[in-house]
Amino acid sequence: MSVLAIVSLKNGQPTKGGLEAASYAAAYAQAQGVEAVALVAGPMQSDGGLGATGIVRVLHCATELSDSSQWARLADAASKECGASGVVLTHDHTGRAIGPRLAVRLQAGMVSGVTELPNAGAVRKNVFSGKAMADVEVSSNTVVYSVTPNAFGVRDGGGTAEVSAFSAEVGEARERVTGFDPASADGQTPLPEADLVVSAGRGLKGPENWGIVEDLAKALGATTACSRPVSDIGWRPHHEHVGQTGITIRPNLYIAAGISGAIQHLAGVNQSKVIVVINTDPEAPFFKAADYGIVGDAFEVLPRLTAAVKALDA
Amino acid sequence: MKILVCISQAPDTTSRIAFTDGGKTFDSTGVQYIVNPYDEWYALVRGIELKEAHGGTVTTITVGGAVCDPVIRKALAIGADDAVRVDAEPTDAMQTAELIASYAKNQAFDLILCGKETIDHNGSLVPAMVAEMLDWPFIALATHLEVEGIEASLKRESAGGTEHVKVNLPLVLSASKGMAEQRIPNMRGIMSARSKPLNVEQGEAAAMSSVRQFSLPPEKGACKIIPADQAEELIRLLREEAKAI
Repeated sequence: MSVLAIVSLKNGQPTKGGLEAASYAAAYAQAQGVEAVALVAGPMQSDGGLGATGIVRVLHCATELSDSSQWARLADAASKECGASGVVLTHDHTGRAIGPRLAVRLQAGMVSGVTELPNAGAVRKNVFSGKAMADVEVSSNTVVYSVTPNAFGVRDGGGTAEVSAFSAEVGEARERVTGFDPASADGQTPLPEADLVVSAGRGLKGPENWGIVEDLAKALGATTACSRPVSDIGWRPHHEHVGQTGITIRPNLYIAAGISGAIQHLAGVNQSKVIVVINTDPEAPFFKAADYGIVGDAFEVLPRLTAAVKALDA
Repeated sequence: MKILVCISQAPDTTSRIAFTDGGKTFDSTGVQYIVNPYDEWYALVRGIELKEAHGGTVTTITVGGAVCDPVIRKALAIGADDAVRVDAEPTDAMQTAELIASYAKNQAFDLILCGKETIDHNGSLVPAMVAEMLDWPFIALATHLEVEGIEASLKRESAGGTEHVKVNLPLVLSASKGMAEQRIPNMRGIMSARSKPLNVEQGEAAAMSSVRQFSLPPEKGACKIIPADQAEELIRLLREEAKAI
């Protein structure tokens, strides 16, 4: 018996989400007294740091895969090989494509976006866009869970995992990847994985004013985001839009400048651990959801914050 | 091109979220139901645009009781040609996906378009499950779709950027922001929606998961206001009190 983590790689290393899935799988395996195994596909050096998360054994498929159908077949074979009673993925693009396919193949119930380890036969996830939680029970013998990014954290307990080559009959690839546009040229952490996010809205008055947002983000090592109106009118790219119809994030710190805090925006950010709101309007609804607030002009406040962050590190 | 769009109803974004029956059931008292925004804005509208460009039909499919009919009529008003409702109480993703896949199996669809998730259960599971059940390719979080002949060119959200992908039809995708813009139905659309076919089918499938208990997150404490002329104090608090930086 075992718990199997499906770990995606980027540039030969597990992604942060992949390490979180591995950490969750290891803790879940430990609680059940079974072995924690990880599956990776593509080039990777030694154990890729997976041993430190508590993974004991890594099944390493040398071929890089992007096709969700091939991945599901590989994961299906791997879970049979190690007798997995649970499979864990990250609730990102891979967990949304591979996990559900795998659940069908294994005839296993799947719960997506879990935030905690299972407790007394049920596992917790956020529902209603973060406005409530649900404890979900699965009736099948095997379960598939995908873990919400930034919810569980990465375990670092030292240790190395034993790596063995693994392959399976995965069929033809039907997707052909023909190109990739990086979200940002300057090496920012992708928004769904970011610990720190600096976001701004219409209060910034125009795209030419985003320098002060980017300066604070850079000083903090944060990722930039924006509200829906700002991406709709083209001041900022779509992939920066956080909120109900954009992307949902869960960083440690979310700083929002010049965003009033419409309910649709809150739905995308209300799971952030600490929320800071900067707005000229003391009645802005966002202050009700915030931990810290500054009633003031972003054009004055943001540069002061940037200077204070720089002074901190000096 | 023959297109199927999966439509779910969801409580309006501004709904008060509460539970009854000791936290076992969502309290729908006074709740206004809407077409799940990802299904409507992105999947349905792109389906209609493709039909307008290439010809064909757009059918919607919904798993649920007659309570779903108003949102199905809304989808027809926006521009779908006809609708199917599988008359079953949706319990989990596996059951819903199986009902959709069983309907789609013998209908020779070229494309099945879904929203990336519903805003109530936030599952994001049904689209890829349908793809696996039909043994079709699947693209998650698609932000762009063009079709030429049997080849679809897509963009999808991927780790740290946008990936360009080509796939042959038939195909299932889940649509994300960027795929299309919201369309407001006009009076003619609303009038014609009343007479468009809404076929009710029977179906049965087993669920594999269920919600044992809902709960609400703890109330947020009061917001600590820092004077604008002492903005530096915020950074100190973020480091020393909140330990966030």
